[in-house]
Amino acid sequence: MDHSPSQSTLLPAVDMRGITKRFPGVMANQQVDFVVQAGEIHALLGENGAGKTTLMNILCGLYEPDEGEIWLRGQSVRFQRPADAIAAGVGMVHQHFMLVERFTVAENIALGQTGRGWRDDARSLHQRLRALSAHYGLGIDPTAPVWQLSVGERQRVEILKALDRQVDVLILDEPTAVLTPQETKGLMTILRDLAAQGTAIIFISHKLNEVLALCDRVTVLRDGQRVGSVEVANCDAHHLTELMVGREVNLDRPDRVVVEVADRSPLLSLEQVSTVGHHRLPVLQDINLQVYPGEIVGIAGVDGNGQRELEEAIIGLRSLTQGQIHRNGTLAHIPSDRYSMGLIPEFSVTENLLLRDIDRFPFSQKGFLRPAQMVKQAIALVQQYLIRTPSVHTPSGTLSGGNAQKVIIARELYRNHPVILAAQPTRGLDVGAMEYVHAQLMAQRDAGAAILLISTELDEILRLCDRIAVLYEGQIVGLIDAATADVNHLGLLMAGKTQVTDDPMMSEKRSLQTS
Amino acid sequence: MPWDQILTTTFLIAILTAGIRLAVPVLLAVLGEIITQLSGVMNLGLEGIMLVGGLAGFATTYALQQTTGLTELSIWLGLLAGLLAGMLMGLVMAILSITCRTDQVIAGITLVLLGQSLTTYFYREYPALGKARVTGLAPLPIPGLSQIPVVGDVLFNHSLVVYLSALLVMLCWFLLYRTRWGLQIRATGEHPAVVDTSGLSVITIRYLCTLAGSALAGFGGAVLTVVQLNLFIEGVTAGRGWIAIALVFFSRWQPGLALFGALLFGIADAIQFRIQALGSETLPYEFLLMLPYLLTLLVLVSRRIRDQTPTALGIPYIQGKR
Repeated sequence: MDHSPSQSTLLPAVDMRGITKRFPGVMANQQVDFVVQAGEIHALLGENGAGKTTLMNILCGLYEPDEGEIWLRGQSVRFQRPADAIAAGVGMVHQHFMLVERFTVAENIALGQTGRGWRDDARSLHQRLRALSAHYGLGIDPTAPVWQLSVGERQRVEILKALDRQVDVLILDEPTAVLTPQETKGLMTILRDLAAQGTAIIFISHKLNEVLALCDRVTVLRDGQRVGSVEVANCDAHHLTELMVGREVNLDRPDRVVVEVADRSPLLSLEQVSTVGHHRLPVLQDINLQVYPGEIVGIAGVDGNGQRELEEAIIGLRSLTQGQIHRNGTLAHIPSDRYSMGLIPEFSVTENLLLRDIDRFPFSQKGFLRPAQMVKQAIALVQQYLIRTPSVHTPSGTLSGGNAQKVIIARELYRNHPVILAAQPTRGLDVGAMEYVHAQLMAQRDAGAAILLISTELDEILRLCDRIAVLYEGQIVGLIDAATADVNHLGLLMAGKTQVTDDPMMSEKRSLQTS
Repeated sequence: MPWDQILTTTFLIAILTAGIRLAVPVLLAVLGEIITQLSGVMNLGLEGIMLVGGLAGFATTYALQQTTGLTELSIWLGLLAGLLAGMLMGLVMAILSITCRTDQVIAGITLVLLGQSLTTYFYREYPALGKARVTGLAPLPIPGLSQIPVVGDVLFNHSLVVYLSALLVMLCWFLLYRTRWGLQIRATGEHPAVVDTSGLSVITIRYLCTLAGSALAGFGGAVLTVVQLNLFIEGVTAGRGWIAIALVFFSRWQPGLALFGALLFGIADAIQFRIQALGSETLPYEFLLMLPYLLTLLVLVSRRIRDQTPTALGIPYIQGKR
């Protein structure tokens, strides 16, 4: 596939025309046009279900479009399987990394290569990967087993994989969702380098500030249709949000009042809490934390630093090796794993809404359920919490992520429990649903509840919390007043750097080179 | 218990020699199942596949030996027939579990029942089958090595099938852990979406591995009836297919350990045969029959196995759902 230089600079790297893709009952993409130039970093924005992932899955050969055509550098292509897209130079870094944890970096990369013979030449592969890694400052050792790598390193392995396949078009699906602010900056540097060398980069993200900082142009999708493409230089976050949601959304830090309560003693108190995980390794160490009525305390940190274990310890699913947890009052729990801990997907909306009240009058009497009463209450909750469901008898697993989460929130919050544990309450939700969840939590706070918010989304923490504790490798490495919190400082704490000495950009570069 | 008859060199040599021989059918099925399971398919139908392979192999060999009189060639063609019959059974399993995404436990059990009823039907429909006998493979002593005292008798005085199986152990290990194809097979069992996004076909890889695994099990069944027993009776495999599945877990998907496990089973089987023949009053031979199961149970409860189980084992792959 040789092109003369003048031709390949003129023709767009990706030109998708009139793409339509239908799934049973859903129009995932409808007449979508999408153009990306070589050397450009192009953001693809949209709410959940707007059709971003479908469009990108079409571009990388996982789905075939029902209508429309794809042109790469002026050549019409038809992808029937991922191998076709790979051969045409399209690479994708998936949101859930496509890496076999038991294999080494090199084995993972060798997997997709269409080499001949029974065996790859491991030594030359290692050499090649080392050179590539050094050239782009990825800091990856090809012989390392993937399970030993951090999330940020795994992502760089994915990028290395794409680089080794010599992609012209690199798609990244929500790449920063799992990264610290410093890792995100490192990633941006790498992506700018790649773009400067002519790679077309498609950046899928929810995070507007990153899109504004990194990208050249933005294409916005809503309900499967293209709303428009804009130059980043000519727009701001509010404008983009409006394009995405179709209305104005307020995601600024809300004004907060000091909640007056009679008793100022903590409702949730953790004293020297420690616990162990797999292979008896400590996963929580000496956690001390108090949550008072009328406040939201945030647990910030990169995923996998003990959040899940802390959540399980507080709800009593995990035994402590040391310390105590005191709780004064009943607990509402919005779990991090919506479909395995929060809902019984096969059960109806009604049953899920009343799971905690099923043994109570009027929903049951002398051990017998009273379905009419249950349905009545469910309908009331569906209306009050704006749950969009075909009926209260619909299995909750078929609802969208946002509405499934609303079912949980309705169940957990309608009884106004004094203590609330919200773990990743907006994970995977779009901006509109996020705004809704935040409003519900703020309302509970203002009503005097003690809320512990575990979130890996720093923006969410900064927006909602009164105090912020940073969790790193199972320890609380800092407790900060949210009103005066500094993002860089928080980011360093999240990366485990308690000694803040110099410019974060510099220290990030150094850590990339030395790792 | 006649200990004076047991603790003699001749007796021990006999047991070890027979043990190696008896290990072969199970070993072949275990090797096949390792390949299948590493690709993410749990084929529980081995017992049925071995039965069908055993019948096909035996019937082919018998018919050819009767009509042509070419003893050796008939045996090899019979073994080939067993292998192909196993592959055909594997195709049923593959269609059910990979294409139709049926629950693999159900599909496997169905396959066992199919194999059992199919072979029973032929056995009862053709009474001549039960009376038929074939001529087995003559031992092929390896020149020089078979002259070594004790070791020569135990290791180097077997039929070609035994040597072939030993070779297969190494071949399987090499294929699975030292080649790109092995890497692709193991990745399919670990994380099929990775294989899919790498441009390889999960479906094709799983089909090939299921067919290969079933072919080996069918081959093993044929070795049992044609080479070892020289006869076919109803339910001739006597649970060897199930033992093979247990041994796969015992072996932690390592062909070398599979060899060890199959030998344990074979030797226990040989001891059981001999003691049965001696007619012990004090120790019922059924106790020794339990030995391989007990060993397997003990290993299964240890923790390390679970850590090494292919992550996607038994889970059908649906593209786009990840």
